[in-house]
Amino acid sequence: MPERLMRLEFNVNGTAVAVDAHPMARLLDVLRTQLHLTGTKEGCGEGECGACAVTVDGSLVNSCLVPAIQASGCRVRTIEGMAAAGDLQRIQQAFIDHGGAQCGICTPGMVLAAAALLEQNPNPTLSDMRQGLAGNLCRCTGYMRIFESVVAAMRPSAS
Amino acid sequence: MRSWLAQYDIQSAASLDEALLLLAHEPGKWTPFAGGTDIMVLLEAGKLSKRNFLSLWGVPGLRGITHSPDTLSIGALSTYSDLLADPVLQSEFPLLCAAARETGALAIQNRGTIGGNIANASPAADVPPALLVYNAILEIASTRGRRRVDYAGFHTGYKQMDLAADELIVAILLPRGRSDWKQVYRKVGTRRAQAISKICFAAAADIRDGSVHDVRIALGSVAPTVVRATSAEAALRGRPLEPGTIQTARAALARDISPIDDIRSTAAYRQLVAGNLLEGFLS
Amino acid sequence: MARVPAIGRAIPRRDGRAKVTGQARYIDDLTLPGMLHGVTVRSPVPRGIIHDITYAPGVPWDEITIVTAADIPGRNVVALILEDQPYLADGRVNHAEEPILLLAHPDKHLLEEARRLVRFEIEPLEPVLTLDDALRAERVIWGSDNLFKTYVVGRGDIDAAFAEAALIVEGEYQTGAQEQLYIEPNGMLALVEPSGGITVWGSMQCPYYVHKALAGVFGLPPEKIRVVQMETGGGFGGKEEYPSIIAGHAALLAWKAGRPVKIIYDRAEDMAATTKRHPSRTRHRTALTEAGRILAMDIDFVIDGGAYCTLSPVVLSRGTIHASGPYYAPNVRIRGRAVATNVPPHGAFRGFGAPQSIFALERHMDRVAEAAGLSPDELRRRNFIKPGQTSAVGQVMRDEVDMDAILSRALELSGFHEKRRRFAAANTSGHIRRGIGLATFMHGAGFTGSGEDHLASTVSVEATAEGRVRVLSASTEIGQGTITIFSQIAADALDMAVDEIDVVQPDTSIVPNSGPTVASRTCMVVGKLLENACASLKRTLADGGYLNADSDVASACRAYVSDHGTLRASAQYQPAEGARWDDEKYEGDAYGSYAWAAYVAEVSVDLQTFEARVEDFVAVQEIGRVIHPVLATGQIEGGVAQAIGWALYEDVVWREGRMANAQMTNYIMPTSADLPPIRVFFEEVPYAHGPGGAKGIGELPMDGPAPAIANAIAHALGADVRQIPVTPERIAELLQGAYA
Repeated sequence: MPERLMRLEFNVNGTAVAVDAHPMARLLDVLRTQLHLTGTKEGCGEGECGACAVTVDGSLVNSCLVPAIQASGCRVRTIEGMAAAGDLQRIQQAFIDHGGAQCGICTPGMVLAAAALLEQNPNPTLSDMRQGLAGNLCRCTGYMRIFESVVAAMRPSAS
Repeated sequence: MRSWLAQYDIQSAASLDEALLLLAHEPGKWTPFAGGTDIMVLLEAGKLSKRNFLSLWGVPGLRGITHSPDTLSIGALSTYSDLLADPVLQSEFPLLCAAARETGALAIQNRGTIGGNIANASPAADVPPALLVYNAILEIASTRGRRRVDYAGFHTGYKQMDLAADELIVAILLPRGRSDWKQVYRKVGTRRAQAISKICFAAAADIRDGSVHDVRIALGSVAPTVVRATSAEAALRGRPLEPGTIQTARAALARDISPIDDIRSTAAYRQLVAGNLLEGFLS
Repeated sequence: MARVPAIGRAIPRRDGRAKVTGQARYIDDLTLPGMLHGVTVRSPVPRGIIHDITYAPGVPWDEITIVTAADIPGRNVVALILEDQPYLADGRVNHAEEPILLLAHPDKHLLEEARRLVRFEIEPLEPVLTLDDALRAERVIWGSDNLFKTYVVGRGDIDAAFAEAALIVEGEYQTGAQEQLYIEPNGMLALVEPSGGITVWGSMQCPYYVHKALAGVFGLPPEKIRVVQMETGGGFGGKEEYPSIIAGHAALLAWKAGRPVKIIYDRAEDMAATTKRHPSRTRHRTALTEAGRILAMDIDFVIDGGAYCTLSPVVLSRGTIHASGPYYAPNVRIRGRAVATNVPPHGAFRGFGAPQSIFALERHMDRVAEAAGLSPDELRRRNFIKPGQTSAVGQVMRDEVDMDAILSRALELSGFHEKRRRFAAANTSGHIRRGIGLATFMHGAGFTGSGEDHLASTVSVEATAEGRVRVLSASTEIGQGTITIFSQIAADALDMAVDEIDVVQPDTSIVPNSGPTVASRTCMVVGKLLENACASLKRTLADGGYLNADSDVASACRAYVSDHGTLRASAQYQPAEGARWDDEKYEGDAYGSYAWAAYVAEVSVDLQTFEARVEDFVAVQEIGRVIHPVLATGQIEGGVAQAIGWALYEDVVWREGRMANAQMTNYIMPTSADLPPIRVFFEEVPYAHGPGGAKGIGELPMDGPAPAIANAIAHALGADVRQIPVTPERIAELLQGAYA
C-alpha cells in the first residue's frame, strides 16, 4: 500500500526544517524519528501523561495528538530548544537543585509545562501549580519537589 | 501507536467553502478533524475505523467568540482555552467555563475544540450539559446553505446526530440573559484532572421568593446521549422549594436517566449520585 | 582546610542536567543501523491448547521475521526461581497476554497490522480466575494443588492463648492488583555480535538478572552475553524480573533476523501483559488481654501469583514476615500461601508483599482498638516490640528505636487527637465528612534471611590516569538517586570531591555483580560495599606512600596509576557477624535492619459523590542516616503518592482474566491536582552496617499510607473499610448497603 507523504515545513526550536512525513503521522514521531529530537518522550500514546508535551505557536500541546499536517508552518519548541546549548533556564536549574527530576522520563514535558505555567502566571499559588501541571503525570516524585522547583524558579515579584 | 498509517489519509482545507465542497463532492468519505484530541487517541489505539479525514484546523472564520447584545457566537473551532480566555463567557456562562476548565488539562484544552466535542457525540463529553442548560443553538453549514438547530434536539441516539454527511457545525450560539440564575456545574470524574466523567451535572435555576420559577437541568454519562432532565424540571417548575418538592424531583430524575455499568463506574452509583447532586443543587 | 562531607548534604543531582535538557538516553532514543522493530503476539484467552496458527493476508509476510518456541536455541524457560515459565508458549497457554510468537520488520506500524493478522486457533480450557477457586483446587492449573509456596512461621501456643483471651477480634482484608505505571514503558534493543555473542541495551533494574536469563535461553556461556542498562524511566519493581522476558524476545528476533531488533511496549501492552502487584487476602484473629496487650496473632495471608511462579515465593516470604508488624506477640502463627491463577503473572512492586500484609494488620489494629475501647495510638503503644524482644520469626530486635516517640511526633505534627475530636463534632452536619487515621510499621531492608549471603555482591572502584575514580557496580539509577548517593559515599570515603567521582553506566562486561537494584538494598548494602572498596583503595595509596599532607587524593591516584598502570579495589559482601538464619525452619535474623515509621492521613469524604480525598499527609520515619535530604524526601513523597494511588484510585478491572482497563485513561494514577501536601520528617539512629549509618528506604513509604487512609475513612464515616482501593462506588456501597 503506497504511503502518501507530504512535504512538511515548519520551525523547530528556531530552525526551519522540512521533512517528508505522512500527513497523519504524530508530531511526536516526526520530532523523534525524523528530526532525531529524542528529548520529547512517549509515555502513553493516549494524550494522558504529558510526557510528549511541546509548544506549538506558544501553546502547550501533547505532540502524540497532533497530526503532522497541522504542524505545517508552525513554530514548535521542544525541550532541546529550552535553552541555548550549554545554558540552562532557571526552571531547569531549579529541577536539578530541588529534586524536580528523579527518573527523568516525565521531565522534558514537565519542564515545558512548568515554563508555560510561569509564562502565563509568574506568581502561581500552590493551587495554580497543581492545576497547571495536572496534565503531566509523574510516578516518581509525588509532585512535591516539582512544586518546590517551580517556586525556586519564580522571579521575585516586583513590590 | 497501533495503526498502520498507510491506511489513513488527511487533507486540509484552505477555507470553509473548500471544506464544504469536498464534503459535498464525496459525502460520507471525509470525516472532519478539528483538534484531534479524540480522533488521534483512536488512531493510536488501532481503533480508528474511519479512514479519510478533512483537517479544519486553521480554517479562517471558524475560531473565536463574537458578542452581540442578545447572543454569544462561538466559532466551532474555538478551543477550550479560547473559551476560558473570554471575559463575557466567564461572567455570563460560568457552567461552560467550568466544563472547559475540567476537560483534560492545559495541553488538551489548548487543542480540543467545542465543535469537535459536540460532533464526537460522546455521552460523557463535558461541555454538552452546559450547552443544554444554556439553550445553545448550533449553526450548521453545507453547500446547500446554512441552518440552525436547537442543541436540545441535536443528539438523536448513541453517536447519532442531526448532521448530514456533507454538513459542518460552524458555530454555537448562546442566548444571553439568564446569568443571575443560580448555576452549578459538577463533573464527577475518576480524578480531579485528565478524567472521563462518571457523571456530569449542570443546572441553572431561577429561584425567587422561595419558589422555582424556572429551571434547566442537564446530565452527561447517564444515558446514550447528553440529556435534559425534563421530568425533574417539570416536578420543580412553579413549585415552592421545600423538602417534599426536592424528593419528588429526585424521584422524577430517575426517569430521565438510564445509566449503565461500564469500565469506570456502575449504574447504581450514577443513579445515586445524580440524585445527590440534584438535591445538593436545590438545598 | 577542612573538607565538607558530602553525605548529609543536598548536592545537585549528578544526572540532573541530562534529564532537564532532554539529553538523557532512554532505550527508545537508541537506534542502530539496519535495526528492525519487534512485536509480541499474545494469547487472547486465559487458558487453552494451541491447535493452529495462521497468518492472514494483508501484509508482506515474506518480509517479516517470525520466531516461535521452536526457534529457541537454548532452553525455553525464563530463568527465575522455578523453571515453569516459557519464553514463548509451546502448545499451551496459561494466561491471557501470554507470548506465543514474535515478529520483526523495519516498519513499526506495519508490524502492528501484522500482529492483528496472526490468527490463533486455541481450544479454550476452563481457567481458574479467583483466589478462592485456586485454593479449593477443584481445578488444578499448576503443580498438584495450585500452590506456588506455603510458609508457616510463628511460636507459642495459639490455642491456649485464644482460650484465655479477654477479647478476640477477627477480620478479613483485601488488596487489589496494582500496576507499577513507570512513565517509560518496557523496552529492549538486542543484537548478535559477529562473535556470536548477544548484546542487549534496555530499560531495567537488574542487568545481571537479564544476563543470566539470556545465557539460559541461548545456551551460551556468560562471557558471550553483554547487558547494558540505559537511562531507565522508573521501575518500582516492574523492571526487576520482567525485563528478562522482553530482552530474551528482542534477542531471539535479532538471532533469527541477523539484524538488531528493538522492542518497545506501548502503554496498553505494558499494562496488560507485564507484572503487577500481587492481590492479597488476609484473615486476622487477634487475642487481647484485659490490659490491651496482644496475647496472640493468628494470621492467614494469601497472595495471587498469576499463572507462573516468578518471584511469588519471595513476595510471600516478605509479606509473611511483615504480617505481624512492629508489635510483640508472645504467640504468633502466620500461614502464608501463594496461589496460581490463569492471569498474567504478578511480580515485584515496591514493598513486595509487605504493603499487602501491613494493610491488613494496620486496618485490623484499628478495629481491635475500637473493640477494646482504646484509641488507635494507645493500643499500639501498649504493644510495640522493644529492643531485646523477639519477632514472629525469632529475630531479636536490636535497633534502639523509640517507636513511642516516633508515633508521638507524627501525632503532634498532624494534630491527630485535636482533629479526631473536632471532626467527630463537625461530622454531624454538612455533606463533607472528615477523618484522620494512622499506621505504624517497620520495613526490613536488604534480601531476606541468607539472601544477601547468596548474592555475595561485589563493588569495585578504579582510579584513572586523570586522577578520577570510577565506581563499578551493577546498581542502576532508576530515579531514586543511585548515581548521586554513590558519588557522595565514594567522595567521603576517599576524601575527594563529588565531581571527581564517575559512576559508570551498568554494563555487565565492565561492572561486577552487585546484585539487583531491589529490596531497598542499594544504599544500605551496595553503598556499604562501595564505602569498603573506597577504603581499600585509599589503603593501597597510603601503604604505597602516595598519600601525604601536601597532595590531594586525586593527585595520589594520578601518581599511582602513572607508576603502576592500574589502581583497582573491590569489596564483596560478607555474612554479617552473629547473624543467624535457618532456611528450613524459616526463622532467625530476617533482615539486617529495619526502618520504623508512623504515618498519619487526613481525609475528606464527599457524601454527595462518595469521593474520598487525602487532605494532608504526615510521614515520620527513622532511617538510620539521611544521605541526601532532597533525594531521601523525594523517595518518601513518591512512595506515599504511589500508595495513595493504590489506596484510592488504582483499580485493575479484570474481565475473563484480562485487564480490561489497560489505558492511562481508565487506570487511574493521581495527578498533581489529586494529591495532598506530603510532609516528611526523618529521625536518625545510625545503623552500624550502612554507609554513614544509612538504612534502606525505597520501599518503606509504600507500607503505611493505605491503612492510614482506610482508617481515616473509617473514622470519617463510621464505616468498616476492609478493602482497597476505596473507590467512591465502594464507599457508596458501604454507606448504603446493597442498593442495586
